[in-house]
Parts: sequence; structure tokens; C-alpha cells
Amino acid sequence: MLTKRIIPCLDMTAGKVVKGIQFINFKNAGDPVVLANKYDTEGADELVFLDITATVENRNILIDVVEKTARQVTIPFSVGGGIRAAADMRLLLKSGADKVSINTGAFKNPKLISNCANAFGNQCVVLSMDVRKTGSQKWNVFINGGNIDTGVSALVWAKQAVIQGAGEILLTSIDNDGTKTGFDVDLTRIISSRVSVPVIASGGAGKLTDFVDILIRGKADAALAASVFHFGEFTIAKVKNYLKKNGIPIRI
Amino acid sequence: MIAVIDYGIGNLASITNALNRLNIPAVISRSISTIEKADCLILPGVGAAGEGMRNLQKSGLDKVIKKEIIKGKKFLGICLGMQLLFERSEEGNVECLGLLKGRVKKFKRERKVPQIGWNQVRIKNAELGIKNKLFNKISDKSYFYFVNSFYCTPEDKSLIVGETEYGEKFASVIIKNNIIATQFHPEKSGILGIKLLNNIIKYFSLHSL
Repeated sequence: MLTKRIIPCLDMTAGKVVKGIQFINFKNAGDPVVLANKYDTEGADELVFLDITATVENRNILIDVVEKTARQVTIPFSVGGGIRAAADMRLLLKSGADKVSINTGAFKNPKLISNCANAFGNQCVVLSMDVRKTGSQKWNVFINGGNIDTGVSALVWAKQAVIQGAGEILLTSIDNDGTKTGFDVDLTRIISSRVSVPVIASGGAGKLTDFVDILIRGKADAALAASVFHFGEFTIAKVKNYLKKNGIPIRI
Repeated sequence: MIAVIDYGIGNLASITNALNRLNIPAVISRSISTIEKADCLILPGVGAAGEGMRNLQKSGLDKVIKKEIIKGKKFLGICLGMQLLFERSEEGNVECLGLLKGRVKKFKRERKVPQIGWNQVRIKNAELGIKNKLFNKISDKSYFYFVNSFYCTPEDKSLIVGETEYGEKFASVIIKNNIIATQFHPEKSGILGIKLLNNIIKYFSLHSL
């Protein structure tokens, strides 16, 4: 049986792992190579690496940090940040990434998704979207590191991205990010039940029960978290054991 | 020497990173002479069948790979590298290498496609010798990492030594003489995947004696 996945996330800026709250007030969380190695050993199902300032600073991702981190991991490694062309994706795959996530670049140019999917297969194109609640049962997509409201509904963009060839969606709630108040279950359930590809829920993990909620009620295929792992609240193993106890298929 | 075939797509660095952990020397190459000289070929994973075949044909590697496999060179196909061994893929409806009889089909839409994540491999049909070598210290129903929308349906079911279920049962490990192929990514399946990779390399060198 296919298991649900628990995914630690390394938000990167200037070669260091950082973690903010609602995309601001970033705190240093350590060295990516050390953390990658630790999470791999603890039983993480995958590792996500996002260069969160590449787009805003209009630069390419730091390839040498990607290479060094990739060498540490025996599990799948997704990398994103500042991807604007299929050539950027080719370089990341060469540097040790297994999947590449695209966010602002894809929103500005949806053809980027199909170009990448045609060249590398849709299973290796992750559409990353940052979403903020803008009304009752209404969520908009934000780009440029969460700075610009596109006015486009999250569900509309998710569906369009899947048609273009995205193989997976990394769905981040900006409102819940770093707050440890739980994932946005409603948002995730709506997106996950309406698209044909796996959805990774992100933003808000704080308690063990939050993981159960998002995987069962939120219908997420995977749960991503950063703060709770970086700052030592839980180990990956603790979360996975708790999920297993609650009857969720998980790899221990 | 192992040659990891570079055909413009694929997670090449992931394979060499995994082999480096085992201290197994490998080169990433698209050179025909290197591929001819290598003791073992690995055709890696990530990519689309159409683009994969086109890239192989453009560089003439399709013919070289076929010739070397038919001559008996040890070959490991991973994910797309497994699918390309068969006659035809539904992905872009392309003709593949045709070294094994059978087709590559798409998962039905009842489940999320692609299948992404860790799934179990049930060991089957394996003779004791194969089981002992290939699955040495790997228990039945162990988890490996899959990323696929398509799966192989070999005509000869006796090739299947590992089977996985995702809505339907499909071949996740096959062996035929000098060919081993996995639908999952051993290079991305944690310590157990590295162990399997080591077993495969050992299995191959034992066979050459």
C-alpha cells in the first residue's frame, strides 16, 4: 500500500536554513547539509529544499548548496526557487535534485510547466503555490515569495497547472505558515479532492494531531513541516509512530 | 566499470551519489566507446518515454544499448530505464527498445496519478538463489520509493520477481538473464535501497564468474 509521506522542508536564504512566520521574521535554523543528513537518518520520506529569496532577488538558485545537500540524502530530494526556464530545471536535476518545484515562474508563464513536463516527465514537476485566505471559503494565489496577490483563486490555478502537466502540488498556506496552529484543512481538502495529482500540505504544523487531521480530514497525500522539526519539538520518527498508531499507512 | 547512461534526462547525480556511498566506481557517459567498454550499464530513471527514446535515437545510443544487452552485458534499468526495455509505451505511444516482450501502460485514473511515494514490494517467483542474492537482508513487503504514472506488463510473467499494488498489481522488479530492472528508485529508497543496489552489483559480478 502506498503510504502517506512526512516531509521536512529546508527554506533557504544565502546558503542557510531559515524559518519565518507567515513568510516574514526569518530566524536562522542551521546548516542545510547537517539538517538533511539528520532528517534522512530519522526516516523522512522526502526532503524539500526551497531557495525562498531567489525570485525576489532575481538570481538563480545556489547550485553548490544543492549539490552538497544532495550528496547527504538517500531519499527523494525536491528543489525549488527562482526557476524560470527548462534549462534551470535540467541544471538542478544534474546537481542531484530528483524533482523541481516551480512557483512564480510557472504562474507568470504556465507554458514553463508543460515545457518542463515534456522534457522530464510530469512526475518530476512540482507546482508550488503559496495561498492566502481572502474571504470565507476563498483563497488566492500569491507570488514573489508571498508578496503579490494575483487575484486568482487557488483551485482555478491548481487545476490549470495540472492540465499544463504538473505532477504534484505543494500547497502552502501563508496564513498558517510558522504559526503552529494547525494546517489549513479546508483549503487542502478542496484542492486535493478536486485535482488528480498528489497534494503536499504545508504551513501550520504544531501538534501531533495536526498531522493526523491534514492527512485524514484534509485528504493530503503528504504533510510538510519545518519549524517543529528544525527547533526540535518532534523528531520525524515521533510523528511517524504517532500516525501509525492512528491507523495511517506510513513507512517506519 | 559501471557506466550510467546520460541521455539528456534522468536524475544522474542521484545514481552516482548512491554508488559513491558504496564506493563503487561509476562514470556518467554518453560516449559510445565508454558504453561499449563498461562492464555494466545503468539506464536511469526520471523522464518521459517519448523524450527518452528520441534522445537515445538522436545519439545512436539506442542501437548500442541493444547490441550490448544482446551480447550479454549486465544492465540495470531504473523506472523509465525499465519501461524503455519493452516494445511500446502508452506514454506518447512510442516504440521502445523492444528487448523484452510487453507493453507499458498507464495507471487507471481511479487513483492519483502519478503514484508518488513509498510502496511495498512483494517478492515473487524468485528462485532461492535469486532471492538469497538479490533480496539479501531485504524482507518481503519492504518499502521502496516510486514515482510513476506508467507500469510495465511483461508478456512472460516469470520475469517478475517483485510485485507492487497501486489500484492494480504491477511488476516492480524483473530479471531476465543479464537484465535487472526496477520500477522504483533504489537510489532514492533510503538505506534499504542502497542495500538493494549493492546486492544487484554483487549479483552481477557473481554471475560473470
